Amino acid sequence: MNTSNLALNGVSVAAADRQVLDGVDLTIEATGFTVIAGPSGAGKSSLLRLLNRLDVPSSGTVTWRGDDLSTLDVCAHRREVGYVAQHPVLFEGTAADNLAVADPSLSPDGRRALLARVGLGDIADQEARTLSGGEAQRLCLARTLATGPKVILADEPTASLDAEATRLIEQLAVDLARRDAVAWIWVSHDPAQIGRLADTVVVMADGTVEATGTIADLATHTDPTVRQAVGAQ
Amino acid sequence: MIANTMTPIGLAFSGVLVLITVAISLWRGLDLGPDILVACGRAAAQLTLVGAALHLVVDDDDPLILSWLWIVAMIAFAAVTTQRRVGSAHRIVGLAALAFATATAVCVAVLFGFGVFELQGRALVPLAGMMVGNSLGATVLVCTRLAAEADEHRNEIEARLALGLSGSAAFAPHVRRALRQALIPQIERTKSVGIVFLPGAMVGLVLAGVDVSEAVLVQAAVMFLVLGSVTMTTAVMALGLSARFFTADHRLRATTGRS
Repeated sequence: MNTSNLALNGVSVAAADRQVLDGVDLTIEATGFTVIAGPSGAGKSSLLRLLNRLDVPSSGTVTWRGDDLSTLDVCAHRREVGYVAQHPVLFEGTAADNLAVADPSLSPDGRRALLARVGLGDIADQEARTLSGGEAQRLCLARTLATGPKVILADEPTASLDAEATRLIEQLAVDLARRDAVAWIWVSHDPAQIGRLADTVVVMADGTVEATGTIADLATHTDPTVRQAVGAQ
Repeated sequence: MIANTMTPIGLAFSGVLVLITVAISLWRGLDLGPDILVACGRAAAQLTLVGAALHLVVDDDDPLILSWLWIVAMIAFAAVTTQRRVGSAHRIVGLAALAFATATAVCVAVLFGFGVFELQGRALVPLAGMMVGNSLGATVLVCTRLAAEADEHRNEIEARLALGLSGSAAFAPHVRRALRQALIPQIERTKSVGIVFLPGAMVGLVLAGVDVSEAVLVQAAVMFLVLGSVTMTTAVMALGLSARFFTADHRLRATTGRS
C-alpha cells in the first residue's frame, strides 16, 4: 500500500534506564494538523525523532508511505519529512546563509522570498544569532521549508515563545497547511493550542498511545487524563 | 666546529643548570625537584640509547631497511601514544597509524623524490622523527576537539541532519574548527622561526660547524616538512574519526564511543 502516511508498527525505544516508547502502533495521515499531546516524559519528542530518523527504534518498524524508513534514502526522507526543534538552533552567518545550508542552490531572490513567507522579508542580511526567539523560530521554519517538505514535525515549537510570537507561528503553520498543503505533526501539551490547531489528536502517556481522535471524540473519552489533555473536564 | 669540543665533562658541567632548576623548585616550594631529576636522567638515558641505536642506521654502509623499520616502529609508538592520550572512548590506534603513515609517506616521497635530501639513513630517520614527533600533539588535539565539538554542538549537528544533509556535511563546520585549532599553533611556530626562536635543526647544524646559509636552507625545508606533516596527519585523522561519529544512515552517535 502506498498511502501518504507515517506509521509506527510495534515500535519500542529503550533507553539505559527506562522504556521510552513501548510497543507503539500508530498511523498518522499526512494531511492537516495532527497534534501529539501528553505530559512530559510521555515519549512525544522521541516519537518525532523516529519519524525524522534521527533515532531508530529498538524494535518494530517506522514507515513512510508504506516503505520502511530503513530502506529509504534517509537524506531524501528528511527533506520530505522536515523537523523543527523546540528551541531554535541557528547556524553561523546571516539569515540568508542559514537558508543556504538547507538549499545551496537557492538564489538571493529565492532566499528573500522564502523569508518573506515566514514574515522575515527584511532580515536576509542580518546575523541569524541576533534574532529574537520568535524570529529565530520562524527562520528555522523557513529553513525547513527550503527543503520542500510534505510534512513538518514540530516539537513544541512555541514552548519558549511569548504569546504574540506563538500566535505568529501558529498563523504561519495554518497558512502553510491551507495554502501549500503542508501536513503538520505538532507536539504540544497546551490544551488551548491543541484546541486552536488540531484536526486529530494523539494522546500519549508513559511511552504508549492512550487515545487517538478528534477533539470532540476525546472530550468524551472515559479516561480523565485523555479528556484533560484536550482541555475537557 | 663547537660540537666536536663536547666531552662528558662538558656535559657534566651543563648539569649545573639542572641543579639551578632544582634549586628554584626548592626555593619556591614547587615540589618538582624529583620530577626534574627523573626527567633529566631519563632524557640522558634515552638519548644515550637512541644514539647507540642510531649508529645502526646513520653510517653510509648501514642497510636502509633498518631505517625503514625504525620509521615503522616510530609510527606504531606514535599511534599507541595518541590512543593513550585521547582515552578509551574511541579506538583510534589503527586510524592514527594510518594518519602518521600517510603523512610520512607523502613527505618522504617529496623530500627524497625531488632530491631535497639524499636518501640515506642519516637523513631518513631524523627527518621522519621530526615529522611524527611534531604531528603527535596536533593529532591528539584534533581528536579531543572533534569529540568535544560533536558533544557540545549536538543540537546544531542534528539540525543540519534534519535538513537532509549527510553526516559528513552536517559535521563539516566542526571539522573545520577542530582542524584550525590543531593547526594554528604550528602555523604560529612557523611564523616565529628566526625571530622568537632559533629552531633545533638549525642550531644543531651551526654548532656542528655547518655554514649558516646551508643551515638556514635545511631548517626552512624542515619547517615546511613539519607543517606539511602536521597538516596531513591531522586531516586524515579528522576525516577518519569524524566518519565514526555517524551511522551509515546519517545519525549522530553518542560521542562516548558507543554505537
